[in-house]
Amino acid sequence: MSDPLLKVQNLRIELTTRDDVVPVIDDLSFELAAQESISFVGESGCGKSMTALAIMGLLPEKIGRVASGSIIFDGEDLTQASEDRLREIRGNDISMIFQEPMTSLNPVYTVGEQIAEVLRAHQGLGQQAAWTMAEELLDAVRIPNAKRRVSDYPFQMSGGQRQRVMIAMALACKPKILIADEPTTALDVTVQAQIFDLLNDLRRQTGTSIIMITHDMGAVAEMSERMIVMYAGRGAEIGGVDEIIEKPLHPYTQGLIACVPHILATVSAERERLLEVPGIVPSLREFGKDQCLFASRCPVRTDICLQKRPPIETDPSGHSVACWHGKDAS
Amino acid sequence: MRVFYAVVLLAAVLVLNFSLMHLAPGDVADTISQSMGGADQEILDKIRADYGLDKPFLVQLGHYIGRVLQFDLGHSFFFNQPVTQLILQRLPATLLLVISAQILALVLGVVLGVYSARKPNSIANYFVTFFSLFGYSAPVFWTGILLLIAFSLKIPWFPVAGMRDVTISGGFWIQFWDVARHLVLPMITLSSIFIALYSRLSRATMMETLGADYIRTAKAKGLSNRQVIYKHALKNSLSPVITQAGIQFSAMMSGAVLVEAVFSWPGLGTLAFQSIIARDTPTILGILFFSALVVIVGNLLTDLALRLVDPRVGGRK
Ligand SMILES: Nc1ncnc2c1ncn2[C@@H]1O[C@H](COP(=O)(O)OP(=O)(O)OP(=O)(O)O)[C@@H](O)[C@H]1O
Ligand SMILES: [Mg+2]
Repeated sequence: MSDPLLKVQNLRIELTTRDDVVPVIDDLSFELAAQESISFVGESGCGKSMTALAIMGLLPEKIGRVASGSIIFDGEDLTQASEDRLREIRGNDISMIFQEPMTSLNPVYTVGEQIAEVLRAHQGLGQQAAWTMAEELLDAVRIPNAKRRVSDYPFQMSGGQRQRVMIAMALACKPKILIADEPTTALDVTVQAQIFDLLNDLRRQTGTSIIMITHDMGAVAEMSERMIVMYAGRGAEIGGVDEIIEKPLHPYTQGLIACVPHILATVSAERERLLEVPGIVPSLREFGKDQCLFASRCPVRTDICLQKRPPIETDPSGHSVACWHGKDAS
Repeated sequence: MRVFYAVVLLAAVLVLNFSLMHLAPGDVADTISQSMGGADQEILDKIRADYGLDKPFLVQLGHYIGRVLQFDLGHSFFFNQPVTQLILQRLPATLLLVISAQILALVLGVVLGVYSARKPNSIANYFVTFFSLFGYSAPVFWTGILLLIAFSLKIPWFPVAGMRDVTISGGFWIQFWDVARHLVLPMITLSSIFIALYSRLSRATMMETLGADYIRTAKAKGLSNRQVIYKHALKNSLSPVITQAGIQFSAMMSGAVLVEAVFSWPGLGTLAFQSIIARDTPTILGILFFSALVVIVGNLLTDLALRLVDPRVGGRK
């Protein structure tokens, strides 16, 4: 097998909070192959966005830092890269779209300018060429009447259209990786389906690898080949989507899947957010503890779960799980 | 619509001004008679009749407004000149002072504000905080007199009085340079409060803007820090500052009166002083009218500037 496009190894991200320093991401490892799509799922506060921001080199200034581990992109360790080098990569080789289409675009510039700007920064296009390209990109993300809409301001567009603009912007430089952080959470259901379709089509056309962050198990099944279930800053389970959905090994994954009845059904209004596993994610302060952090909510907890952090075990097919009882499930 | 409000406002200013002046004790007849070394009632009455001062209040007001609409602000008894002409002679000096002070305050205020927003813990930031507190609490005439003393006694770099040096003659650029040198101290004095005000305001809005989602987007696009701050953040932070500048325009006009007095700047403020002391009612009314006009034009320009920086203002489709 050739080297993966992105290889995250033993990543630890620390946040400096008022009282102390906590590992918001703790010993996370995963790989992303070229043209592959991988999904991150997990409840709010599990560190999904933090992982994405770390890859972009955009951890909150003075608060978050990569404490150890590496993020190898195309053979280059991004945790060691200079700010200038990261700026070259951002928006060009790796780009990102965010959860909030309503506020993620700058209100005082036209959408055309905001797309053209990326092209000028990374591709050295001139004013005119970049603008023409912006028109084409708007058309590619299926905004009707792109030639006219390109000089609209964000406030003249709907949420779905704005997210399309964000996608056009992110894909403008044909990045190798697109990180989509809950791209549809703020949109209504029919628009969600359209955006997923669009992302799927664009992925097929461009071969961009996608890291999809979502609460939506249906979207995972639809969009990705592999998935990572995150819990409290740690990888709970990683493996092929079909395999995990069919045979989840981690009790947390089982809980997540159990609360989405029609998981393999196609896009429907019945998709639910993953908020139904009883109990809540432990507070950030407890993230560093040497134990299984899911133990307090776990139906199969035993003493060892509270005494020691479970090791990550990987089976020959590449399906790994961090649970003292992961084997029992199979 | 804006223009309609402006006209109504102007009319209200006229009526109010005239009433205030009318209610104040003492009129032109008193002044003229004093300058003649006293006069008896008969002469006073004659003067009043000559100038229409014996007519009922409303009639006088009606006359006044009617004339103002034709830009006839009456005749100054004291300066013996038409008021409009008198004001138009002095207005450019005041406008020069106020506009350059406003520009200085905006540019410096925004630059300081942006700088300290970017470096919240730097020494420069504490300096801005201190300076703005100082600038904000020091009265204009105090700052003015301080600068006046400093520059007339200690460091004679800039002239401390007047607007031009009568001994200097020459081409446009020589005169321009002369006026510019005279302008420095009054301009700094007048703008100090406003530099403080705008720098605090722009620091606050800039800090807020820098946390916005679209700033994260701009960074995620791989734009340089300069572009993120000066293109994406700054334009979004300007609206509150521009709005404030519009509101402060009238404060600046009244500040100019004091500054002109301190530095003998030959503008409307100096004229206002002279005419108040002389109880020269038509001139005072004219000055108030023109000041209101300037403030209203200032507000309309503010509106225009707001539309330029924020497409959401006005032209909603
Ligand atoms: N700027 C910050 N300062 C301090 N703590 C932060 C900051 N940003 C995030 N956190 C904390 O880091 C943890 C992980 O946040 P993260 O945004 O990665 O979660 P998430 O999995 O993306 O959740 P969601 O599904 O709600 O987006 C959370 O507990 C959050 O409170
Ligand atoms: Mg998130």
